[in-house]
Amino acid sequence: MSDHAIAALGEPPLIDSRKSFADVSNEVAAPTNQKPGTLWKASFAFCLLLVGQMGATLAYQLQSGLGILGIMHPVGWGTYITNFVFWIGIGHAGTLISAILHLFRQRWRTAINRSAEAMTIFAVMTAGLFPLIHVGRPWFAYWLVPYPNWRLLWVNFRSPLVWDVFAVSTYFTISLCFWYVGLIPDFATLRDRASGWKRVIYGVLSLGWRGSERHWQHYERAYMMLAGLSTPLVLSVHSIVSFDFATSLLPGWHTTIFPPYFVAGAIFSGFAMVVTLLVILRKVFKMEDYVTLHHLENMNKIILVTSMMVGYAYATEFFIALYSGNPFERFVFLNRAGGAYWWAYWTMVTCNVVAPQLFWFKRFRRSLGVMFIVSLLVNVGMWFERFTIIITSLHRDFLPSNWGYYRPTVFDWSVLAGSFGWFFMWFLLFCRFFPAISIAEVKGVLWTAKQNAKPASKEATHA
Amino acid sequence: MLDRLNPFGKREPLRGVLALYEDPDTLLLAASQVRAHGFANADAYTPYAVHGLSEALGIRKSWIPYVTLVMGLGGAGLGLLFQIWTSAYDWPIIIGGKPMVSLPAFIPVTFECGVLVGGTMTLAALLVACGLPDFSTPILDRDLTHDRFAIFIPESGREWNEARTLEFLQGTKPVELRVVRA
Repeated sequence: MSDHAIAALGEPPLIDSRKSFADVSNEVAAPTNQKPGTLWKASFAFCLLLVGQMGATLAYQLQSGLGILGIMHPVGWGTYITNFVFWIGIGHAGTLISAILHLFRQRWRTAINRSAEAMTIFAVMTAGLFPLIHVGRPWFAYWLVPYPNWRLLWVNFRSPLVWDVFAVSTYFTISLCFWYVGLIPDFATLRDRASGWKRVIYGVLSLGWRGSERHWQHYERAYMMLAGLSTPLVLSVHSIVSFDFATSLLPGWHTTIFPPYFVAGAIFSGFAMVVTLLVILRKVFKMEDYVTLHHLENMNKIILVTSMMVGYAYATEFFIALYSGNPFERFVFLNRAGGAYWWAYWTMVTCNVVAPQLFWFKRFRRSLGVMFIVSLLVNVGMWFERFTIIITSLHRDFLPSNWGYYRPTVFDWSVLAGSFGWFFMWFLLFCRFFPAISIAEVKGVLWTAKQNAKPASKEATHA
Repeated sequence: MLDRLNPFGKREPLRGVLALYEDPDTLLLAASQVRAHGFANADAYTPYAVHGLSEALGIRKSWIPYVTLVMGLGGAGLGLLFQIWTSAYDWPIIIGGKPMVSLPAFIPVTFECGVLVGGTMTLAALLVACGLPDFSTPILDRDLTHDRFAIFIPESGREWNEARTLEFLQGTKPVELRVVRA
């Protein structure tokens, strides 16, 4: 198998070499066969509580209007848009792991791609809520879609907000397809391990997959094609989100660096969220043998790299603002770092650029405690990055008589907390009912005892 | 229980010989022998995609990439035409002084349409190619999605000889040999 190639490189095996094929299916399927523990139930109940209070806030907002939020003149975009960009960004790591690392043949991704993809889907589901509740009259949200109507009107295809509708809905649909294709063989494994109604449900979800080589042949190609499509897609989505800002004429938003800067930031925050989730997941569901320190260390390296890219973008942005000689541009950036929202800016810099520098040291890259705290800090920092970009560019515009100070209200925070509840609620359900690790892919990178014993079977592999 | 869900009713009876193996290397060796022996309809069942198995069995490369290419380009083309039609012909409105056909502004939606149609049609093509969903074909062994590998030679043609096929498969060192009548 391909493991021979890994052995030839002198790398350690991706999965503990004592694992057998049967171990993989049994251990990954274990959470789906047991009653969930108290910790799971308590977390789930807490998530439901958060979602419930968000529901109440949204009901109140529907009744009273957007005025209950902190948004005002001149800051018309507040935490809702911050949350939208934040959650879309979180999703990006999932696609990066599942598609881009697949194309680069980074086989260590097999242990983490399933949960990362699930994270993508739930993050996009969370992000998608915000434009809908921010339009003010959500019952007309379908007007965003170009459909034949009696007003004979079409949407404005020159508007980046319409591009967003297409980008986000395509991203969600394709991520879902990709995730589902990956799940089909694993549902079949669960079906064949289960009995009764469980067998029927997993059987239906598996679509009757039997593992025939004639099917695998198509399957592998289709998976590759979806990975190939997802790769430019994921880069396009956050670029298009950044166009929402970059195509406007506002200093602080109107910069060409935005697309790559947003994509790097998205991958950065997404990887941090994957680390946060996996540190918990591997512990709670006893998957330390599959999601190893080696995987986490690799992700921490990516966090370090993307942190440097983001830091570089902050510096470039600042430098160009000063160097351009444009007084408005210069003002916005000086105002960001030293103005009324200096605390948001420096929280962002500390969390995003300073904290991940710990990962230069192997000891910290492999320390669960350090990586957990850094990943949380990065999530905070990336939320503040979007907050800084949106709020500081708006709150002091061209006319000083127009200036204002934006304060999110308790309802803003309620919806932010609710969005976390909503995201984790789905993730908890996923861990409980779906195979959280790709069974079929992990089997492909397994070093079975037999192969270890006779590497001479190489010839057979290449026959 | 699952068989009853099948909406399409009758299926062809499944008859043939099934050889089970414990590891992928024996399976690969067996597969190349099966091919050399001229069993063109033979199929293998594995819990994961074993690389090199299709080549060993002589299974032709999948046609799905062509679907992705054609549908992706088609989706992008239709998306672009739709934008041009709505913006410049059905109800032309000048927005921001931009030309009616603002090609650069139409690129993002064009791209997304291509990916959307290409991706969903790739999934559809996969289902068509594998004949899924299929709840009527029996599952030959529950361990085939777990930790067993198998080669299945279906009964076919006039010169089918069950005893000889069994004897041949015995030579590939399976852990178990079965005659399938389902």
